[in-house]
Amino acid sequence: MDVDALLLSRLQFAFTIAFHIIFPSFTIGLASYLAVLEGLWLTSRNEVFKTLYLFWLKIFAISFGMGVVTGVVMSYELGANWSVFSAVAAPVIGPLLAFEVLTAFFLEASFLGIMLFGWKKVGPGLHFAATVLVAVGTLISAFWIISANSWMQHPTGFARTAEGGLIAVDWMEVIFSPSFPERLIHMTLAAYLTTALVVGAASAWRLLRRPDEPESGMALRMAIGMFAIVAPLQLVAGDLSGKDVLRLQPAKLAAIEAFWETRSEQAFHIIAWPDGRLEANRWELSIPKVGSLITAGSIDAEVKGLKAFAPEDRPPVGLVFWSFRVMVGLGLAMIGLGAWGAWLCWRGGAERSTWFLRACVAMGPAGFVAVISGWIVAEVGRQPWVIYGVLRTADAVSPVGAGQVSASLLGFLVVYAVIFSVGVLYILRMIAEGPAVGSEEALPEGLRAPGSAMAAAPLDPGQGGAP
Amino acid sequence: MNGLDLPLIWAGIIATAVLLYVLLDGFDLGVGILFPFARTPRDRDVMMDSIAPVWDGNETWLVLGGGGLFAAFPLAYSAILPALYLPVILMLLALILRGVAFEFRIRGRRRGKALWTAAFAGGSLTAAIAQGFILGGFIQGVTLKGSQFAGGPFDWLTPYTVLVAAGLVAGYALLGATWLVWRTETELHGDARRWAGIAAVAVAGLLAAVSFATLFVHPRIAGRWGFANGAFDLAALLPHLPIPLLGLAGLAVVAVGLRRKSHGWPHVGATLVFLSGYAGLAAGFFPHIVPYDMTFRQAANQDNALALMLGGVAILLPVIMGYTIWVYWLFRGKVTPDAGYH
Repeated sequence: MDVDALLLSRLQFAFTIAFHIIFPSFTIGLASYLAVLEGLWLTSRNEVFKTLYLFWLKIFAISFGMGVVTGVVMSYELGANWSVFSAVAAPVIGPLLAFEVLTAFFLEASFLGIMLFGWKKVGPGLHFAATVLVAVGTLISAFWIISANSWMQHPTGFARTAEGGLIAVDWMEVIFSPSFPERLIHMTLAAYLTTALVVGAASAWRLLRRPDEPESGMALRMAIGMFAIVAPLQLVAGDLSGKDVLRLQPAKLAAIEAFWETRSEQAFHIIAWPDGRLEANRWELSIPKVGSLITAGSIDAEVKGLKAFAPEDRPPVGLVFWSFRVMVGLGLAMIGLGAWGAWLCWRGGAERSTWFLRACVAMGPAGFVAVISGWIVAEVGRQPWVIYGVLRTADAVSPVGAGQVSASLLGFLVVYAVIFSVGVLYILRMIAEGPAVGSEEALPEGLRAPGSAMAAAPLDPGQGGAP
Repeated sequence: MNGLDLPLIWAGIIATAVLLYVLLDGFDLGVGILFPFARTPRDRDVMMDSIAPVWDGNETWLVLGGGGLFAAFPLAYSAILPALYLPVILMLLALILRGVAFEFRIRGRRRGKALWTAAFAGGSLTAAIAQGFILGGFIQGVTLKGSQFAGGPFDWLTPYTVLVAAGLVAGYALLGATWLVWRTETELHGDARRWAGIAAVAVAGLLAAVSFATLFVHPRIAGRWGFANGAFDLAALLPHLPIPLLGLAGLAVVAVGLRRKSHGWPHVGATLVFLSGYAGLAAGFFPHIVPYDMTFRQAANQDNALALMLGGVAILLPVIMGYTIWVYWLFRGKVTPDAGYH
């Protein structure tokens, strides 16, 4: 097998999946947020919610479109670049991916059409149902993808056939592999936090210019609620996931913490420069004994170091170690932002605190960075295995030449760079224009848009009217 | 699920998914292929609005085709995709540019709008060409060693596959044009009628050329149709004869529909033409799933995986079909210029 084609295929898969994950981690949260906004508007008839809904719907449409097209890539790249993996793994995770298409992909794609273009075609009740179905679809999609990934991280419920292939023996064990629940919770919370950070940043940016914009004030308070509740929960979920890693993937844990020797009373390395050839950290800033405490729960606990594994079974240390620290550092910053915001709200003035608003703007992209860092920890940390303990990444690659893979990698780099910069530009431009612009167009004379779903609703609250 | 021929059922499901993809994304790719011929920017907006609510659902059949092949026939999936690596990647890149153009084109100002108009047209055309190479490369046959691909990177590029690609572009243009005849009004409707006529002539010529060339490219297919070793066997041809007749009938429906100014019939005719082409291919290489070395039975996944998925499909596919049809019904009728949400 050509080593270059292997490396290039790994780079290509890492690049395309890291790029793809940006969009689901935003749209999962945003779809739920839209469902909440539309629900609040239908029950309270407060126009602020409708304005916010119409505004974030436009941003959702752009992000969802980019998520769909980059997601289609993944379903073909598995076979194009990782054909051996496909042939080996399909008997076990094939159905999981097929169920994702059947239960989630069609649901999202079909009802998105109604969400975007159905204003004049269906009543408010049905329109709200479409929004909820899209939101549910994004969550179902996460369920299956995380399920397949968790199985690859810790395969259970399968056996080897006489010919050396794999066969599922217990589907429940395949779908609900040991680390799956923790991973799903961790990923879903990450998506909600990512969305809240973007909504918070956009609203804060508006409030710095127009302190009295009611939509931005409302959105900011909703975002603060998410930070304050979800960011601390995420710390707990992350710790539970860490416990799985200690139990199921000790080599990954050793890389995350840059432990080289197996011993009790491991030191906690706040920062370090791990060196794989030296089999040690070149330098480190550490707290003695705390490493064992935070990873295994007690100072006396023995925690395996990287030297307990053969060199060819060790993941790359530096990348995993640093990605983990970026993720956790940003998570702690989110908890801080939530506490600060909650305190300001309690004092009655989060919208007026210039420094808090600036902090919100600065933290806008933090969710994306944290998600990608976490993804690197999970995926690079389980190397050199693509199916942990079953199939090595090097043995999983397609029999294609380096030339073809370089050409395709270059194609993805160019196309993704173009669509990403343009997509971000258009989203930022919309945020700069603010939530009220779209709704003013939709309401020409201060009334509801004629012919829109909203026009069918009564003007006075409390009369019902959803068909 | 004892007693069910699971690989055969799954071959039918995947074949249906691919057929639905070709018919559905076929017309919306065709609309993109016709983009450069529109007279005004406003016509282009209407053309795009006519497919905006449904293109995403249409493309999902492609994901089911790929994901389903991975799940149901993993050996075929892992043999075909490396063999067709470059055209598959080209198709994906083209679909990306074209997919984002739906949102980006509306947001763009002057230069941005022009860029995404070109990306939509170019992406649609490139995706169609790449699919033509994929189809042509597939009919030609794939070099295997064991169950893995063992050929060269450009095996898919031959005069034959170029001909197939041209045929598919013409076919999609016909589907797109008849879709627009059905869904638009005024001048654009008249233009679409003209495009449909031109595309139908091109399809008739290219379909005949591809059919003829296929008999030369693979003797096994020729044998199926009764042309073996220089002799002609009418008994072998007769059971297959309804397939080309269906294609001719489809072309006749298009022609008569266009002449009588029917709005809906030309699209029905174009669909019949595609059905005939598809059935012709299936008759050519069934039961092979990787022509001509691997049958669908050899490529099939474990029975317990196929059974589990069949349970899901039996419940979910009717539901999916149901709400897909409902969405099409909801967005029925002529497209008006205010159809967008932006």
